[in-house]
Amino acid sequence: MNFNEPHIDYAGISPLIALTVGVCVVLLSAVFKPLRRTAPLLTMVTLGAAAGLLIWQWDDPKTLITGALRLDDLAISISLISILTAAFCVLLSIRERATEEAGSGEYHALLLGSVLGMTMLAQATNLVTFFVALETLSIPLYILCATNLRREGSLESGLKYLIVGSIGSATLLYGMAFLYGGTGSTDFAGIAEGIARNGLDGDPLILIGIAMAAVGLAFKTSIAPFHQWTPDVYQGAPTPITSFMAVATKAAAFAVFLRFFDVALGSQLDSWQPALAALAAISILVGNVGALGQDSLKRLLGYSGIAQAGYMLGGVVVATESGTSSLVFYLAAYAFMNLAAFSVIVARERETVFGDDIRGVRGLGAERPLLAWPLTISMLALAGLPATAGFIGKLYLIEALVEGDYTWLAVFIAVGTMISLAYYLRVVAAMWMRPETEAAPGAQPVIAGASPEADPVDPEAGKRWYIAGPALLAAAATVFFGVIPQPLVDFAEHAGRSLFG
Amino acid sequence: MSSAILWAPLAFGLIGLFLPNRAVGWWATLGTVVTLGLAIAAALGFDSGSSALQYAVDEPWISGLGVDYSLGIDGLNLFLILLTAVLWVGGVAFAAFREQERPKTFYFLMLVAETATLGAFLAQDLLLFVLFFDLMLVPFYFLFGAWGHDRTAEGGPTASAATLKMIVYTLIGSLLMLVAAIATAVLAADGGHISFSLAYLNEHGLGHGSQQWIFWFFATAFLVKMPAFLLHGWMPDAYRAAPLPALVVFSGVLAKVGAYGFLRVVLPLFPDATVEFQEVILLIALASILYGSVMAFTQTNVRLIAGYSSVAQLGFITAGIFALRADGSDGAVLQMVNHGLVVAPTFVIVALLLERTGTEDIREMGGMALRAPVLAALFLIVALATLAMPGSANFVGEFYILNGLFQAKIVFAFVAISGVAMSAYYALRLYQGTMHNRPPSVQNQGLLSREIGVRDALVLVPLVLCIVGLALYPQLILERTAPKVQQTVARVQGGETPEAKLAGMSKKELEKLVTGVPDAGVRP
Repeated sequence: MNFNEPHIDYAGISPLIALTVGVCVVLLSAVFKPLRRTAPLLTMVTLGAAAGLLIWQWDDPKTLITGALRLDDLAISISLISILTAAFCVLLSIRERATEEAGSGEYHALLLGSVLGMTMLAQATNLVTFFVALETLSIPLYILCATNLRREGSLESGLKYLIVGSIGSATLLYGMAFLYGGTGSTDFAGIAEGIARNGLDGDPLILIGIAMAAVGLAFKTSIAPFHQWTPDVYQGAPTPITSFMAVATKAAAFAVFLRFFDVALGSQLDSWQPALAALAAISILVGNVGALGQDSLKRLLGYSGIAQAGYMLGGVVVATESGTSSLVFYLAAYAFMNLAAFSVIVARERETVFGDDIRGVRGLGAERPLLAWPLTISMLALAGLPATAGFIGKLYLIEALVEGDYTWLAVFIAVGTMISLAYYLRVVAAMWMRPETEAAPGAQPVIAGASPEADPVDPEAGKRWYIAGPALLAAAATVFFGVIPQPLVDFAEHAGRSLFG
Repeated sequence: MSSAILWAPLAFGLIGLFLPNRAVGWWATLGTVVTLGLAIAAALGFDSGSSALQYAVDEPWISGLGVDYSLGIDGLNLFLILLTAVLWVGGVAFAAFREQERPKTFYFLMLVAETATLGAFLAQDLLLFVLFFDLMLVPFYFLFGAWGHDRTAEGGPTASAATLKMIVYTLIGSLLMLVAAIATAVLAADGGHISFSLAYLNEHGLGHGSQQWIFWFFATAFLVKMPAFLLHGWMPDAYRAAPLPALVVFSGVLAKVGAYGFLRVVLPLFPDATVEFQEVILLIALASILYGSVMAFTQTNVRLIAGYSSVAQLGFITAGIFALRADGSDGAVLQMVNHGLVVAPTFVIVALLLERTGTEDIREMGGMALRAPVLAALFLIVALATLAMPGSANFVGEFYILNGLFQAKIVFAFVAISGVAMSAYYALRLYQGTMHNRPPSVQNQGLLSREIGVRDALVLVPLVLCIVGLALYPQLILERTAPKVQQTVARVQGGETPEAKLAGMSKKELEKLVTGVPDAGVRP
């Protein structure tokens, strides 16, 4: 009997190896006392190495581990977005209460573990890797949400996310079982082939599988009506983790959304396209209406994330190259816009007694222009105003939708954007304009000293490089790619071509 | 040249952020003057006989999406660009003579607004136009909201509430316009490479069905911006909240972008729908004239009198455009410039009156002419121009508009004429109420009827001189705009049965129309 050594493309899986090694090293660093303070640094080094290894393989698509993974430009671009977000999260976590309470090494190792899951998920072309990657991504996040150990909200958020996330995973797994049952294959390509071979076009078995997989993914990407966990979890989790969750999870989940639906289930377009379009429309409506009147900025961004997920789902719905490109572009723009906002929220949480309440940013324009501008740019960009990456992103999405004969969904995006103005501009108004009603002078928290947040942690937080830097960087990128979008468009087009080219 | 005009204000604005607070006002004024100089240079070098695009710039901007950085000047926008440059000098200089809170941000926003407005006029790419059209609003949102006046004492909204209302109204229109613009390009490309270039879209017309809904998406955006009757809900609050230097440019220029959009985008790209919905738009225009005039009779706040009179005037301009005759559109372009030139000084005068009387209520003003004859005389010129006194350029403009309307829809013309009469009433009421007959109730209260100062005269007199100059020589504008306007209108021009006539026309016959061969010759 001959045993053929399987060919392993070590270059292809090197980013995954780098991240895995990083997880171990960071975790071990916590054990040795002299190394304890180095966890953030080691994390950044790992992220840098993984990013470098990914960029090295740009424009060189390959199938890895007998079809379990595919490292193409779509995977690389999505992984880079996740890694970038993680790097921001590391900076924002410096001197964050959660990091100290949970232990810096553990916190950062979990973060890296989640990035590992995302990088794998973006490459997954097999139901098994898909599911394993999704869980690798999610389980560290369940814990990270609860790392603010002394705050009830944080623990509640972790538990809520765990329960809802598990329901999502279970639904997804059940759906996968149906698809495997029908086609006899776990490979995405094999599923597409199996549907054709077994004549399962429009078969209830496949349809149930598709529906349950869609529901499972909708849980992860916080698409309405599977979004209920989002605002609560976002609000309760430590803010750096919220920013990571809001951006990176969405990016990775959308990558697999694209691959799974456009590749494996491409032949069933007619059956899932209208359903996903309806989900997108519901999400846009629910997210935008829900965000109205939110006083907590994290909740507001949570609801706004639901709406934005609805816009982005449009890129999956059309199942075209330009749809994929527009989605990748939007995800990148979305990363910059949200990171700018979350950086400012982190700063204000530490500087004021208001936490993430909108009162915390009142009058910021006059007092602290360097914090006010990033948040302003972020809000205007999320609202899709011109000269920001948000505008170009919407333009790209709408163009893809109209081309794909989904003009009504494009109109829906426009309508959703109108509603969204009311809450985004409310934040801007709080920063720059006189308050609508004279607030009681320096409105105090209910009982001073009753909770750990009652006193400002660091009244100068907004001036520290590790907070002001990310805020300004993300805001500058938002404006830069709004004025000179071509580099990011090229980046997104590469990703689109790798799936459909 | 086009690029220099477009970016000069922004460049000055950015540098201004790094100057000391005292200097930034003058620096901003310098920026607007430089822009005006560039615009005048462009106007001097303009070939008046041509309908072609001049000073054209055309570079790919986002090639993947088919968006070009494409600018150019022709008869439609030349004088609107000049108007923008002139009014911004006035508005910024007027502000520079006064203390401003947080001056760096204030002037930065003013100059960003100028760049955005010039961009909307200069853009020759549909998406670039939409982009600047939306961008225009952002600086005014901050200017009105952060530097504006709360009206809570009078039972009105706060400045931030008023601006929110304004931005929601306007963006509702412009977001739909974004979708419509993309749909236009995608449909015109018909599966090929998408291009938003207006020249390309002009050649690749849309089907009748698509034109119908796209027309309304664009029309809504433009009608909100004007504002036209039924879509004017944001106007009273926003006008009362606005800081006056910003309102000078806002009322003078921004409303015109809507009217300009009809000429630049709607008429050439959606000719079938334009003909089909001509009467609906004319009805809205007439309603604006009547409603705006009547409201201008009854309001007591001088800002609102001027604001509602703008609604009426813009109604006139819309009616001129939708007469779909060369005369009407010629008059509309002239009237856009005229109206900008009269409404801006009106708001400067309102600001001066506010400083002297401490009120904006016309019932509590009066008697200013006695002590301030120069100010009164300047205001009289402005008021007479507003009511389109024969001899003023506004008279010529209104005459052209009515002439076009008579040829097209005589019934509408008769109603529109009443607007001319009514404009006399509200213009004179505004003038008399503020300058003459001081009411007994305010006889002995410390009204300061100071004469206009030299510095404010520096702002006001040039604006009034522009009015006088145009009154003497309106041909200056008409000559240069006519070729392009006629070309634009010829695309949609029709007789009693426009569809049939257009459908039966060959390219050659259309060209004849452009060159002005009488109607009878082209009947198929």
